[in-house]
Amino acid sequence: MTYLVNSLYIVAFGLFILGLSGLTGPKTAVRGNWIAATGMGLAVIATLIKVRDTASINWILIVAGLVIGVVLGVPPAKKTKMTAMPQLVALFNGVGGGTVALIAWAEFIETDGFAHFRPDQSPTVALVIGSLFAAIIGSVSFWGSLVAFLKLQESIPKNVEKRLVKSAKLFQAANIVLLLAAIAAAVYIGLNAGEGTPVWTIVVVLVLAGIMGLFLVFPIGGADMPVVISLLNAMTGLSAAAAGLALNNTAMIVAGMIVGASGSILTNLMAVAMNRSIPAIVFGSFGAGSDAAAAASTDQGTVKATSAADAAIQMAYANQVIVVPGYGLAVAQAQHTVKEMADLLESKGVEVKYAIHPVAGRMPGHMNVLLAEADVEYDAMKEMDDINGEFPRTDVTIVIGANDVTNPAARNDPSSPIHGMPILNVDESRSVIVLKRSMNSGYAGIENPLFFLNHTSMLFGDAKKSVGEVIQELKAL
Amino acid sequence: MYDQLLANLAILVLAGFVGFAVISKVPNTLHTPLMSGTNAIHGIVVLGALIVLGELPADAHLGVRIIAFVALIFGTLNVIGGFLVTDRMLGMFKGRSAGRKKPVEAAPNAEAGADK
Repeated sequence: MTYLVNSLYIVAFGLFILGLSGLTGPKTAVRGNWIAATGMGLAVIATLIKVRDTASINWILIVAGLVIGVVLGVPPAKKTKMTAMPQLVALFNGVGGGTVALIAWAEFIETDGFAHFRPDQSPTVALVIGSLFAAIIGSVSFWGSLVAFLKLQESIPKNVEKRLVKSAKLFQAANIVLLLAAIAAAVYIGLNAGEGTPVWTIVVVLVLAGIMGLFLVFPIGGADMPVVISLLNAMTGLSAAAAGLALNNTAMIVAGMIVGASGSILTNLMAVAMNRSIPAIVFGSFGAGSDAAAAASTDQGTVKATSAADAAIQMAYANQVIVVPGYGLAVAQAQHTVKEMADLLESKGVEVKYAIHPVAGRMPGHMNVLLAEADVEYDAMKEMDDINGEFPRTDVTIVIGANDVTNPAARNDPSSPIHGMPILNVDESRSVIVLKRSMNSGYAGIENPLFFLNHTSMLFGDAKKSVGEVIQELKAL
Repeated sequence: MYDQLLANLAILVLAGFVGFAVISKVPNTLHTPLMSGTNAIHGIVVLGALIVLGELPADAHLGVRIIAFVALIFGTLNVIGGFLVTDRMLGMFKGRSAGRKKPVEAAPNAEAGADK
């Protein structure tokens, strides 16, 4: 039966790889997801076969655990709004990390502190090092994801949040100490693996790692959140692979490592899109340098306010309009209204495209999902590199709730904290309309010279309401 | 004894490269579903929970039983939630790329617009 189990595992991770390759294109993606899910189903069945002899005692618990997991998981997965997806993904990622940490804990107790092993288990090295690695990373991922969830859910009061971000340096220093302490505790457990160590030692490791997870995400500002979620995702993958080594389970090793590797790449892609390095995000915060810069550049002239009627007329007589959506659009839930406006414009013969910065929204690609929800065609959503050449040929660019990703200072002001960050060259289009609640600066706290340009006009107010007014004006034309 | 470990390490390294290879060509548009998809796949940890809980001897501590039980719930949550959420997000893209073209009446209206 071991052969059957292992063969099923091979089929399962084959399906994971096939499914993931499917996720790389919009047409094959849905199928790819289900292929991967099938692989997961097979892997679970194979594991149930594997433990069938010894599991007799715990059958009830096993069935109950699976059922409770399904019952708790389905409703939020089905009902959560698309704008709230990032926190849900963070939460599901967190419980994955939590699983790994708990497995390591249970393994530790069952083996009396790694003092003895079951016959089919990996050699000591793999069990001990794998489990300890899994315990640390899993715990970091669990608690870190919980903080990320709370932050994205905006359950943390703004002033507390601000203070947390300000204390970044403190948290980072503490984290170095915590990391060293956790490793020291782990090494102590490892060195005494033969005789076994008391249970509290693993609890110390888990707690230290847990605090580390909290401190890791506490000072992360909103704009860096997507990168951190992706990082936590990769970490859970790695910890799963480590747990797989410890349990001598190939399916876990392969699946965990694929997620670890792809997650790391994804994290890096996103960090590059923001012109930040991963260490810079984890170990340094945006806020520090930008106060001075913001103060220095307050005097930039005046902004021009416009009305919905003006905006409607401008856009109705344009050949091409580019919509630049940002998180503000997501917050205002304005994606459907924007789509309605785009439809109206298209019926007047205006070409409408969407320029989507890689880090628009709260997760990479989040904006695309939101627009897709509002029935925007896949082909109308343009990536930064594809659309940047088009701005000079564009009559009107309408910026909805985006700020830093359109800031020309990133291109031409070396003193700006975001200098070098790839941006959408919105300022090159013939005219720009910016929908904004007020003149507050963006997440990075930096003034945006775009707003002060001659061909830029501002339409103040709630994004959804403003777009709604523009729609009324368009209909009246 | 260590043959197994070395074989597992070889698998680990190769899987790492597969992960790199699969992801390198993903358009930004699909980053969220992709992250969500990999998020579901690391739900594979549910196997670990099943193994630990399934192999607990009859005389195991109540504490271990609870820990393994919670681990199983968490792992199942990760799997179910992960795949369903990914499916929902991808469903948003489905059909949009293949289906509906822009409205055809665009052209005459454009002329009307130009007249004004």
